[in-house]
Amino acid sequence: MKRAFTLTAATLSLAVLTGTAFADGHIDHAIKARQSQMNLYAFNLGALGAMAKGQVEYDAEAATKAATNLVTLMSLDQSMYWPQGSDSGSAKSNTKADMWANFPDVMAKGKATYEAAVAMQTAAGTDLEALRGAMGALGGACTACHKAYREPMN
Amino acid sequence: MRRLSRYVVFLAIVGISVFWLVTRPETLPGDALDGLVADAGRGEQVFHAAGCASCHSAVGAEGEAVLVLSGGQSFPSPFGSFTAPNISSDPVHGIGAWSAMDLANAMKHGVSPDGQHYYPAFPYTTYARASLQDIVDLRAYLATLPASEIASQPHDVGFPFNIRRSLGGWKMLFADSTWVTEAPSPELERGRYLVEALGHCGECHTARNVLGGTDRSQWLAGAPDPSGKGNIPNIRPPAFDWVQADIIYYFESGFTPDFDSVGGHMAHVVENLSKLKPEDRAAIASYLLALE
Repeated sequence: MKRAFTLTAATLSLAVLTGTAFADGHIDHAIKARQSQMNLYAFNLGALGAMAKGQVEYDAEAATKAATNLVTLMSLDQSMYWPQGSDSGSAKSNTKADMWANFPDVMAKGKATYEAAVAMQTAAGTDLEALRGAMGALGGACTACHKAYREPMN
Repeated sequence: MRRLSRYVVFLAIVGISVFWLVTRPETLPGDALDGLVADAGRGEQVFHAAGCASCHSAVGAEGEAVLVLSGGQSFPSPFGSFTAPNISSDPVHGIGAWSAMDLANAMKHGVSPDGQHYYPAFPYTTYARASLQDIVDLRAYLATLPASEIASQPHDVGFPFNIRRSLGGWKMLFADSTWVTEAPSPELERGRYLVEALGHCGECHTARNVLGGTDRSQWLAGAPDPSGKGNIPNIRPPAFDWVQADIIYYFESGFTPDFDSVGGHMAHVVENLSKLKPEDRAAIASYLLALE
């Protein structure tokens, strides 16, 4: 009887361990996925930003390509990137737990960023002045979320 | 025995007198602002350069709401948590009843209109370098901003830091209104004024000693974030390796050279910097690059 109990306990704890391991992997992958998404934003913003800064000559076609990529990326369903328990208090992440407590605000900020990207799509093909202005709006939209929901980084 | 006790009493009196003298709040002479004419338009630029709204706007305020200086944001520190007060134009709950002299004494000496020391969470050790003309202009601009009737919240500071008088001793040890760096050109002088007087960059980007005094030998070389999470970056070359155009673009748009965006409290700072004149953003960048 005692032996059976020990065995059951061992099996149970193993199951719990596996469960945890699975959950951790799942969380880590989600964090990696959203960081990858941010890196893809950064790459395309970089192409536009280099023109805005005057480091690369304005090229309507290249700018439109980058802006279209941004709109496409922002159209992806990101809900699976942000599981419960993937905040800075529970995982290796810089995202404040506040983000999960303020869902409507997060959605509003996300929508504003998407709209700024759509505006950039038009501006990118117009001229350098328009691109510069749209870049300012995109910067503001990215900042709004990072200001409210990102921890200080190392 | 009697002689000894008399001696002890004498020493105690001397000690208390010295403490009283050293910790006495210092203020400007009564005629310090004579002849200065206020310009609210110029005051608006001073307001953005000094970053008043970053700390005194309500928690989470966005857009025009950041101009309602109702206070309420809290700032953790090893000495306790400080809550920014209401400095809106309301005469009862804000500072609407203050004179330009009251604002000058607060900013340059950290002393309230009723003669109390302020905690240096309010960066008067930096604002001490601000010009009186700028303070007079700022006073005029602040009067044009909305009033808020939200009451200021008390700080959460334990013994012995809750004895305000002892801040007089702290000021004697750590308040130093001399410039930190040399400024060999007009542009560097302007950059120095924006960084070392109004912008108070050193308040967060410079490490502090155990009593909270900034360590000038570590000027702008970064520090642990007072929230206990993460670090405030080193912005002193060569560790800080951004080029002039990158720094200026960051101040303007919030984008870092690798196209991440600014976040956290620095997002407030960039919001302010983006409202300055382009030559002022360039002057700050030049100042930082000249620190090498």
